[in-house]
Amino acid sequence: MRAVDGVDIRIGAGETVCVVGESGCGKTVTAMTVLKLIAMPPGKIVAGRILWRGRDLVPLDTDSMRKIRAREIGIVFQEPMTSLNPVFTVGEQIAEVLRLHEGLSRRAALDRATEMLRLVHIPNPQRRVHDYPHQFSGGMRQRVMIAMALACNPKLVIADEPTTALDVTIQAQILDLIAEMKERLGMAVMLITHAMGVVAEVAQRVVVMYAGKVVEEAPVGELFANPRHPYTQGLIRSIPRLDRAGAGKARLEAIPGTVPSLLAPPPGCRFAPRCRHATEACRAAEPPLREVAPGHKVACIL
Amino acid sequence: MTQYLIRRLLIAIPSLLGISVILFTVLALAPGDPFEELATNPAVPPEVRLQLRASLGLDDPIHVRYIAWLTAMLRGEWGFSFVSRVDVDQLILQRLPTTLIVIGSSQIVALAIALPVGILAATRPYSLFDKIANTLAFVGFSLPTFFTGLLFILFFSIYLDWLPFVYRTEINATGFAWFWEHVKQTIMPVMVLGLFQGAAWTRFVRSAVLDVIRLDYVTTARAKGLPERVVITKHVVRNAMIPVVTLVALQMPIVFGGAIVTEQIFRVPGIGSLLISAILANDTPVIMAVTFVFACLVVFFNLVADILYGWLDPRISYR
Repeated sequence: MRAVDGVDIRIGAGETVCVVGESGCGKTVTAMTVLKLIAMPPGKIVAGRILWRGRDLVPLDTDSMRKIRAREIGIVFQEPMTSLNPVFTVGEQIAEVLRLHEGLSRRAALDRATEMLRLVHIPNPQRRVHDYPHQFSGGMRQRVMIAMALACNPKLVIADEPTTALDVTIQAQILDLIAEMKERLGMAVMLITHAMGVVAEVAQRVVVMYAGKVVEEAPVGELFANPRHPYTQGLIRSIPRLDRAGAGKARLEAIPGTVPSLLAPPPGCRFAPRCRHATEACRAAEPPLREVAPGHKVACIL
Repeated sequence: MTQYLIRRLLIAIPSLLGISVILFTVLALAPGDPFEELATNPAVPPEVRLQLRASLGLDDPIHVRYIAWLTAMLRGEWGFSFVSRVDVDQLILQRLPTTLIVIGSSQIVALAIALPVGILAATRPYSLFDKIANTLAFVGFSLPTFFTGLLFILFFSIYLDWLPFVYRTEINATGFAWFWEHVKQTIMPVMVLGLFQGAAWTRFVRSAVLDVIRLDYVTTARAKGLPERVVITKHVVRNAMIPVVTLVALQMPIVFGGAIVTEQIFRVPGIGSLLISAILANDTPVIMAVTFVFACLVVFFNLVADILYGWLDPRISYR
């Protein structure tokens, strides 16, 4: 099964790129593959390159990969409730990274961990650094995860749906925190999400994925003003909007159907079965990704 | 922590009292008479036998006898064996160290096998190593100890003639030779018990590690750039040990039970063989005392398990 196929995403230094798409589109697989965190076997990189600062990561062995993980590319996962080890203090879990990559002593690493907790706005960091994950709420745990991902000042942070498991007010706080950290530390961010509202707020460039493929890529303003792919249009229409609520359109528009199984992807354009504009030509051949405007690429023949 | 320990020890008192009531009642209701032999002995007239029974309080109602036993125990008087006329506490003190050494070392052997093999098998599921380990573990815990014990005796004592198959307390040697003789006669019972337990625990450790290894925080640990060895030994094993401790503690009574059988096979003069001979001779004070010591040991190991939990899992607090 091809979980992702022909995905080409570029992220410049200091840039924020959002990857959007429904559940099961291959967003998480893409993120995990960058750090080669997918278990192999059963996972396998059949072809392609992962270029990191001019170096291809695909042929690297585990030891060289370890030097890149957390030190150059940090990652924040979706589930703060289960992503921290319950039997170690949060301080120890942050300090562990620092001892490993920066060779700090136990004492110095713990001090830096306290500093990191302060940076992500955890109140009372000197005391909290000795607490265990179960003593933190979901939002606070996600702050700890962010502190852990940022501890070694990575050049890129991959945030894999960091707010999905949190409630709405906390979601906004975490997004603000990521934006603030980016401003302070100047790293690039790859934010994976399925919430278009989040995209509009934080992204500079957006990559839309569908069924393991990139279907559209554009700067954020261009994408919202002029979405070309019917899937992107559908995603944007499905954002609840306050200003339109009263004007006759009371029901939120949804894209009919679900993401196809990747075990047997439909022939031609993978979105064709759910697309209201689909023609015979769509079902016949897979449309290539082509540039329709500067920096705006789309995989649709219409 | 100290407070928690004191409270746990206080809770142990009623449960030990309950155990002793049940043991005492069952023994009192059981058929058999310590003076059976005297009944068939023509030299002892029936009146003497009845007098003996009365002087030992055997004709009193059960609760009176229980209270008498309990108050005597509390004073530290464990009574004396009807058969050998030796004080029970002395008998037990003679036998207990041997049992504890045999069981203790067999449990160490079991853990020394189960932990590394189970962890290694779980990190490479369905590999050749995993398959071999699984098969051997299955064989190991399917074979009862009385069978493997006999196999060991046949092979190592009779065929190879390396190890003695009867455990001797009197060894006419000193220094290293004495120690070596003891090691030689302890190896087989320890290995038989240890391999059996180790086989059962290997499968359990493997599944406990497999449960933990696919959790999110293990991926987090890998994403930190930690070497796989550290990911396993630090982040996985500590969490996987929590259910293993439960199992080991819960199996302690079974281990003692299994040790009784093994002690019989190898003629180890431990507390188990003391119990068996006491049961055969209707030696009530010894039976009572030995079963009570077993109960105390089991309660003690449960307490140890509770303390280990708290050390392994910070989510458990001693309140």
